[in-house]
Amino acid sequence: MEENLLKTCLYDKHVALGALMSPFGGFIMPIQYTNITDEHNAVRNRAGMFDVSHMGEISVCGPDAEKFVNHVFSNNVAGMEDGRILYGMMLYPNGTTVDDLLVYKEFEPDSYLLVVNASNIAKDHEWLCAQAEGYDVNVVNESDSWGQIALQGPDAERHAVETLGLPEAAALGFYTYYRKDGMIVSRTGYTGEDGFEIYASHEVINEMWDTLLAAGVVPCGLGCRDTLRFEAGLPLYGHELSDEITPLEAGLGMFAKIKDKDFVGRDALVAQKEAGLTRKSVGIELQDKAIPRAGYPVEVDGVQVGVVTTGYRSISTDRSVCVAMVDKAYTELGTQVEIRIRKKVFPGIVTRRRFYETNYKK
Amino acid sequence: MAKTVEGLYYSESHEWVKVEGNVAVVGITDFAQHAMGDLSYVDMPEVDDELEAGEEFGAVESVKAASDLFSPVSGTVVEINEELEDAPELLNQDAFANWIMKVEMSDPSELEALMDAAAYEEMCANE
Repeated sequence: MEENLLKTCLYDKHVALGALMSPFGGFIMPIQYTNITDEHNAVRNRAGMFDVSHMGEISVCGPDAEKFVNHVFSNNVAGMEDGRILYGMMLYPNGTTVDDLLVYKEFEPDSYLLVVNASNIAKDHEWLCAQAEGYDVNVVNESDSWGQIALQGPDAERHAVETLGLPEAAALGFYTYYRKDGMIVSRTGYTGEDGFEIYASHEVINEMWDTLLAAGVVPCGLGCRDTLRFEAGLPLYGHELSDEITPLEAGLGMFAKIKDKDFVGRDALVAQKEAGLTRKSVGIELQDKAIPRAGYPVEVDGVQVGVVTTGYRSISTDRSVCVAMVDKAYTELGTQVEIRIRKKVFPGIVTRRRFYETNYKK
Repeated sequence: MAKTVEGLYYSESHEWVKVEGNVAVVGITDFAQHAMGDLSYVDMPEVDDELEAGEEFGAVESVKAASDLFSPVSGTVVEINEELEDAPELLNQDAFANWIMKVEMSDPSELEALMDAAAYEEMCANE
């Protein structure tokens, strides 16, 4: 099993720091270095860094690049300025989700970079190549040549500028980026805090990791990456989105531009919207301290009406909360539901899916 | 290295039992708390719950995961450690000083199926 797992370019750093390592998305990744709570709080209050080199990078370029990306991507890249980033999904014709991803408009004409989930790199690349028939584009999986660090937290800008010597980073607006010396610096993240995602060669990423570590930036594992993104209401593929869930059901319809353009899966979304959703992703807060976890049933009067997709005792709010996919009849804010946790059921109320106010730089 | 305490009984699922007359005082071992990491919640049984040996009676939860607890003996829950409801971290601080429940045993001979400290340590060494 383990020998089939891929290692990122920072693997030796994690081992040297004594990280707890575990498989994720085909890679052997650090879950925590000290403990999840301390790492989570470091990102909320100061600055933390994550090895996210496992993420996939797929470039799309050629005369038909804009037309092609708009064909496979739910958000609208028409007229996108260079240096801009959009979040959205690739969908199957039935409207369920191939993957959620970021699209970077490159600083060259007809050129985009797609950043996809580690677990879906091969699937996405194959999907893109299959969809590319008839389009004059070149689709290249560049994942193996990029390393990536996510530098996140209120002190992230100071560390980018002073610790890493990247003065241009301070001028970046949310969801924009620049390229310099073969490096991409992007004002994006997956924590609900301000921060940057920095893509560079394996060698440069290793140097940056050491520099940030020496400056007191806290190394953070995937454990707190999940608690942070969950509190900020951000979905994780395989939980809130999957090949059985559409963006409308996930409450991410704003990233699927069904009125603006055609794309794979659009007709299914239009039909789903016209027919009315049968289920939707909601937040649920429990009054009790019991912790709702993925897979636990949501019930009303003893009958299952949904299932938890992610849940925690939220570290930043100290509340037991979850995101769940629930039958439409029970999705109004304030609806009373119950969650079955082992032998008992605990009362909860339907809330927004975001449990923590995000602190993005506009 | 996780510690053990002499004179207690140990289960394969990492609970310890201290016998006080006909009552089994039950907790989780130091090995178990160490493996779980910082605990954020203890799902407690209720007084008067009837338990069979090997039956799930609650859980301990860290940020990341829940781990079920199994009763090492059969009997009736007579007391629970309510302190843990607000301070699950006590189990991390001293797993042997902080018990979870007390069970009035219906069949004390079940204790013979449990391990002593030496046998438990050997089992943990092989995990």
